[in-house]
Amino acid sequence: MTGFLKLLARNRLALAGAIVMALVVLLALVTPLLPLADPDVTDTANRFRLPFSEGALLGTDHLGRDLLSRLLWGTRLSLAVGFAAAIVAATIGAAIGIISGYYGGRVDNIIMRGVDMLMAFPYILLALAIVAALGPGLLNALIAVAAVNVPFFARNIRGITVGLAHKEFVDAARLAGLTNTRIILTEILPNVIPVIVIAMSTTIGWMILETAGLSFLGLGSQPPQADLGSMLGEARSALITNPHTSIVPGVMILIIVMSINLLGDGVRDALDPRLKSGALSRPMAATRVDRRAPVPEATGAGLLEVQDLQTQFHVRDRNYRAVGGVSLHVKPGECLGIIGESGSGKSVTALSVMGLVASPPGVIAGGAVRYDGEDLIGAPYRRLREMRGRNVAYIFQDPLATLHPLYRVGDQLIEAIRSHRPIGKAEGREKAIELLKAVRIPNPEKRVSDYPHEMSGGMRQRVGIAMALANDPDIIIADEPTTALDVTVQAQILSLLDDLRRSRGLAIVFITHDFGVVAQLCDRVAVMYAGRIVEEGPTQGILETPLHPYTARLMACVPELGGGKRRLEAIPGLPPVVDKLPAGCAFADRCTKAREDCRTSEIHLEREGARAVRCIHPETPLREAAE
Amino acid sequence: MGSYIVKRLLSAIPVLLGITVIVFLIMAMIPGDPATAILGSYATPENVEKLNRDLGLDKPLVQQYFIWLGNMLTGDFGTSFALNRPVIDEVLERFNGTLVLAGTAFVLCSIFGVIAGVVSAANQYGAGDKIITFAVLLGISIPSFFLGMMMILFFAVNLRWFPVSGMWPIYGARDLSALISHLTLPAIALAVVATGVIARLSRSAMLEVLRQDFIRTARAKGVHERGVIWRHALKAAMVSIIPVLGIQAGFVLSGAVYIEIVFQWPGVGRMLVDAILKRDILLVQGGVVFVAACYVLFNIAVDVAQSLLDPRIKT
Repeated sequence: MTGFLKLLARNRLALAGAIVMALVVLLALVTPLLPLADPDVTDTANRFRLPFSEGALLGTDHLGRDLLSRLLWGTRLSLAVGFAAAIVAATIGAAIGIISGYYGGRVDNIIMRGVDMLMAFPYILLALAIVAALGPGLLNALIAVAAVNVPFFARNIRGITVGLAHKEFVDAARLAGLTNTRIILTEILPNVIPVIVIAMSTTIGWMILETAGLSFLGLGSQPPQADLGSMLGEARSALITNPHTSIVPGVMILIIVMSINLLGDGVRDALDPRLKSGALSRPMAATRVDRRAPVPEATGAGLLEVQDLQTQFHVRDRNYRAVGGVSLHVKPGECLGIIGESGSGKSVTALSVMGLVASPPGVIAGGAVRYDGEDLIGAPYRRLREMRGRNVAYIFQDPLATLHPLYRVGDQLIEAIRSHRPIGKAEGREKAIELLKAVRIPNPEKRVSDYPHEMSGGMRQRVGIAMALANDPDIIIADEPTTALDVTVQAQILSLLDDLRRSRGLAIVFITHDFGVVAQLCDRVAVMYAGRIVEEGPTQGILETPLHPYTARLMACVPELGGGKRRLEAIPGLPPVVDKLPAGCAFADRCTKAREDCRTSEIHLEREGARAVRCIHPETPLREAAE
Repeated sequence: MGSYIVKRLLSAIPVLLGITVIVFLIMAMIPGDPATAILGSYATPENVEKLNRDLGLDKPLVQQYFIWLGNMLTGDFGTSFALNRPVIDEVLERFNGTLVLAGTAFVLCSIFGVIAGVVSAANQYGAGDKIITFAVLLGISIPSFFLGMMMILFFAVNLRWFPVSGMWPIYGARDLSALISHLTLPAIALAVVATGVIARLSRSAMLEVLRQDFIRTARAKGVHERGVIWRHALKAAMVSIIPVLGIQAGFVLSGAVYIEIVFQWPGVGRMLVDAILKRDILLVQGGVVFVAACYVLFNIAVDVAQSLLDPRIKT
């Protein structure tokens, strides 16, 4: 609760709203004690006096009545009626909602049908019909406004109650033999009240506005009594000649409703957990770059070269080093595997290449990514966009989430092409069909006008691959493209990728957590742990003699055909959180071979020939393995 | 698609019946003798008796309802005693005015609300976002009737850009330009609140969508940021924006009552308020049922639009 209040106070606008609202309420409460003129005494000799004239701070109205006095009394009345309507609507609505939600079944059905019917009206029509039946008057306006808001509360509260009605503590109360009435009053109601209060705080502004509206129409408070709405309504006939009589009550309504809205927004934001975590931020077009250290020089190794890349996530005052200095390269036609557990930084490394890490909170804090020698990290967005899909294309994990659900797959393919060169409608369609053929989708002429949800998972991933191929890129970065698929489909996709690589001379960066997949496809492998490469080398060599204990443990996780009774060993524990990495080896806490010296100082990636390892007590000595 | 529309129309029948039941029950709350209430306290006993017979008010409540419903189905909404003309004629004539006003306001608030929401979301926490957020807050807080009065004062009286009130000039041609100059102020005044609400919801819908994986896919294949925002993200966000548009149409229709009063616009809302003040019960009853039924049909159109946008909805 104090946390909630603190959060509310931090929101300066909400605080301002709360203060203004408190002042208005206070003013309304003390109005009878203030030395004000009688609001209903007419004095036609002094009509339409301007604000700041003697004896009338805000002037007088068309009957010479003191506007300040009328304003304060009117505010008092408007607030009272608005609050009363809110309380009536909330009480009746909540009662209906609780009964409907608690009893369920037919009771629920009938009540909710009725609520739906009421909500089918534009609300004011209903209010007008009620006033028409009961006759104009403030009390009747209050009833009408309360009545049209009952369905809103009923529906909200019902939803909450349905959730509660099947909770254990309610069942327990039932088994204890409590009556339904008691259960509702002692178990359900206390849990629903906070929701009612919040719903009231967000609708009370509406209620005040609606009652003021009915009074404005002449259907609410009747002369000489006046709330803000009827003050405005009466002043309307003198709008052009004496606008101040309209502006005074109008501005007051604006102030009240605005402060309530500010407060309501603040309450809503304070209660929304997503706002606190920053999860409601929109990722920008390219990852933010904030490189403090000098950019590494190009070395000319490979077509794509990642040099000492550092990508971080800045969440509030925490700094998660998802990628902590990764260097990689891939040559034309080569397939490089990046392997590691979830959270090891392999996907973030891959997304950093084309600036696709969601930002905020992602920041590229150092290093370089070079395509054919050109640094992409420092490249302007325009250049980056040109190269996305044309030079380096991506295939993502879950093809249902990564394809746009509302566009036909053909149109999505054509768009990929059109983003880089103009293409006509017929030619585009032809090219799309050709691409679908290339990824072995049967019946491509028909499939081209399918929506993603009309395809199977394997089909969708083929479309994802076709989209990556659309502009004949040199490099494809595949981020766990087979993880969401079942095993047979997975094998088909892998062989498709392998064929495409050979026939088109594609370089592939393949990200996975599965050594079986690596063995099938990759020439070289880099093993990642806690944002760093812990081992690198040719696939064959690593499979035969893993050097890093982590690599060895990771390989032990893969079942082998004909492997007999060999135990599948899971690695105990979890990877460290990357905002406070331990000194020394990050894997030490989970490693069976860890010794004192593993935890004392930074361990570097040692390189010998084609092999490299970040371990001071490797499974086999590095030199031996490299030979 | 055709069968989907038919299905939705059929499902609207119980809702329409429910609306008539609710209006009927509200009118049954009228204290005292309804015929006297309708005719006023100066009515002659013969007239009261005749009306009772015509409306079947001497029969039990359920029977009364079916007589009333049957009459309405044949287009007979009764006769307005104050205007001395059939209710349906008056309602249809006035509904035209409301349709022009509320329709224009609805188009305005849909276009500008969505644009403001998208721009706001695309520049989250930037200067544009802050300005729009503040304007939206102001827009949803100002009572439309007060806004309308201030607009008259400023744009019609001080600047003389637009006429003060009415739908047509008293003298002169009733052509499109005359209509537009009369329509501009009330349509804007009516649209402001709904524009604010739509902008707000569009902003949050866009922020929700912009974090989805398919947005990253679009960026990865090199789509321009403009295309990412206005094609990919907006299309997906429309799925949650369209229902909001349907709800806001109801609020625009409601708000039209105030605006019609402020701008002396000849519409249903002003007709209803006048009828209530004159206790012209049959006119109120007929007007409310007619407008509510139109709103139900409009919402079916919204559902159909939604199904056209989203192929995942089974039609």
